Amino acid sequence: MSIFSTKTSWINLIIWVLIIALIIAAPSVLPVFRLNLLGRYLSLAIVALGVDLIWGFTGMLSLGQGIFFALGGYCAAMFLQLNSASEFPNGIPEFFGLYGVEKLPFFWEPFKSSAFTLISIWLLPAMIAGLLGYLVFRNRIKGVYFSILTQAALLVFFNFFNGQQKLINGTNGLKTDVTQLFGQMVGSEIMQRWFFWISAVLVILAWFFARWIVRDRFGNILIGIRDDEARVRFTGYNPVIFKTIIFSIAGGLAGISGALYTVQSGIVSPQFMTVPFSIEMVIWVAVGGRGTLLGAILGAVFINYAKSLVSEALPASWMFIQGGLFILVVTALPEGVLGWIRKGGIRKLLFLIGANKKLETYPRLEVNEQGEVNS
Amino acid sequence: MTIPLLELKKISVSFEGFLALRDLDLALNQGDLRAVIGPNGAGKTTFLDVITGKVVPTKGDVIFKEKSLIGQKEFHIARKGIGRKFQSPRIFENLSVQENLALAVSRPKTPLSLLINSLKVKNLDEIQRLMSIVNLQSKANIRAGALSHGQKQWLEIAMLVGQDPDLLLVDEPVAGLTDEETDLTADLLKSLAGDHTILVIDHDMEFIRRLDCPVSVLHQGHVLKEGSMSDIQNDPLVIEVYLGKSEEEEE
Repeated sequence: MSIFSTKTSWINLIIWVLIIALIIAAPSVLPVFRLNLLGRYLSLAIVALGVDLIWGFTGMLSLGQGIFFALGGYCAAMFLQLNSASEFPNGIPEFFGLYGVEKLPFFWEPFKSSAFTLISIWLLPAMIAGLLGYLVFRNRIKGVYFSILTQAALLVFFNFFNGQQKLINGTNGLKTDVTQLFGQMVGSEIMQRWFFWISAVLVILAWFFARWIVRDRFGNILIGIRDDEARVRFTGYNPVIFKTIIFSIAGGLAGISGALYTVQSGIVSPQFMTVPFSIEMVIWVAVGGRGTLLGAILGAVFINYAKSLVSEALPASWMFIQGGLFILVVTALPEGVLGWIRKGGIRKLLFLIGANKKLETYPRLEVNEQGEVNS
Repeated sequence: MTIPLLELKKISVSFEGFLALRDLDLALNQGDLRAVIGPNGAGKTTFLDVITGKVVPTKGDVIFKEKSLIGQKEFHIARKGIGRKFQSPRIFENLSVQENLALAVSRPKTPLSLLINSLKVKNLDEIQRLMSIVNLQSKANIRAGALSHGQKQWLEIAMLVGQDPDLLLVDEPVAGLTDEETDLTADLLKSLAGDHTILVIDHDMEFIRRLDCPVSVLHQGHVLKEGSMSDIQNDPLVIEVYLGKSEEEEE
């Protein structure tokens, strides 16, 4: 099929070899601080893959992926807090004592189980996304209205989590770096190295999963929904189901991403549900190249890595750079960096700077004085 | 008497008081080819919207294969065997010709089946057959958006046929086509009739004449006249609607 043109597969292959080489080399080259940052950004690439599925392929611009990201993070953090709560009074996490809570809120109970937690990290966000999505899509809300609605939902969740001190420590969030897992501190170097590996492997698995979804006719229907939803309907497909499924999958990916990010950054808080953060996710995908999957991963990792490097060197200048990057992509590279490369952008660039010659697409003709072609 | 495949009974559609269709009656038998003409605003497109479930009529009933279609979702109606071609070609521009047709011939049209099953050999053959009908074999892997206007119209007709519908609703298939393409489209539709029931809406009189089929004239949401093309053209009422009353006649 057209997506698998040979040139594209070559570019993909080269990029994958580079990525895997970097991932394998990173732990021995980078200091643990940098490695931890890279691990975090790899986990952000998973939420970006979800954004690419719903926006790049299906054309639904969600500005509320932070909800599902944070939910995944909270699931992981609740488990870790409970896992190391035995030493605290009442056997419940320490912060409850600050608000005079003596009994564990009921919804914390199941998070004592590691199996429940591992499932809920992706299933809970996926279910909430599916429910929210179904209600929205059934009423044929799309385009800008969908974006506004998801952003409004994000604010609702933010305000709820921010205000519930007695349930989930409100604005302070839940710390994970001083909790215990397998007898180790989660924030310790050895654990962080493990989380790096887990993130790297999960990014690759998530890519394969997303690739499998869009590879064939299912992906074509998503593209069809993006380009002409009415046609999809009159061809006999129910777009509501397809949109609900893909939004739910993106929610699940966001949850996994949020859990990995939480254990590597050491805290989950309502800050994960702020509006700018969810918009940034969209920027990563836009810059990397929407509808390319690999572009989403590259966008998330490189932009975030650049963000941390730039912020260390020139504090406060990052927002300008990020804004500039977004404007550049929208105006000059509407298909993102990877989309541009796949369309032969590098050849065009070499030509512009004079390092490459124009191809002759027609044979030269010998023309005599009368303007006739000599045979 | 045979039971008609599609029957519209006293359909009225009112958009905030404006009657787009009023008491429209129409019946199509299995294998019919029928043309519907009418001046702008006669309700031709609304009439298709009613059949395909896009618009719910204020009054009346649509019977297809002896069952009412009123209140059914568009994709359900499509699955029951009604295919629709839109006025301007609507295809999936970012998919190749082959991929467009693959979506049309896939069955069942559920997410799981699309994700897990691969296309059956039967379906692949069907895609080849459809491409040969509309002469697009050489364009199989070309992005549909890169096709010419006429080829897009044909691809859409091919997709329609690929859905294997009993009833094809074709809205202005020759808008913007060259004369040669128009003739080919007319022949194509004629060859499809018989196996399928086809309803064509158009303005182009030459095209309709070439279809050589019964014609219904729609005017102000009502069927003004039904008959063969020559009957229609000589009918004073139709001439009046299309050309306006001539001054001599008024005097």
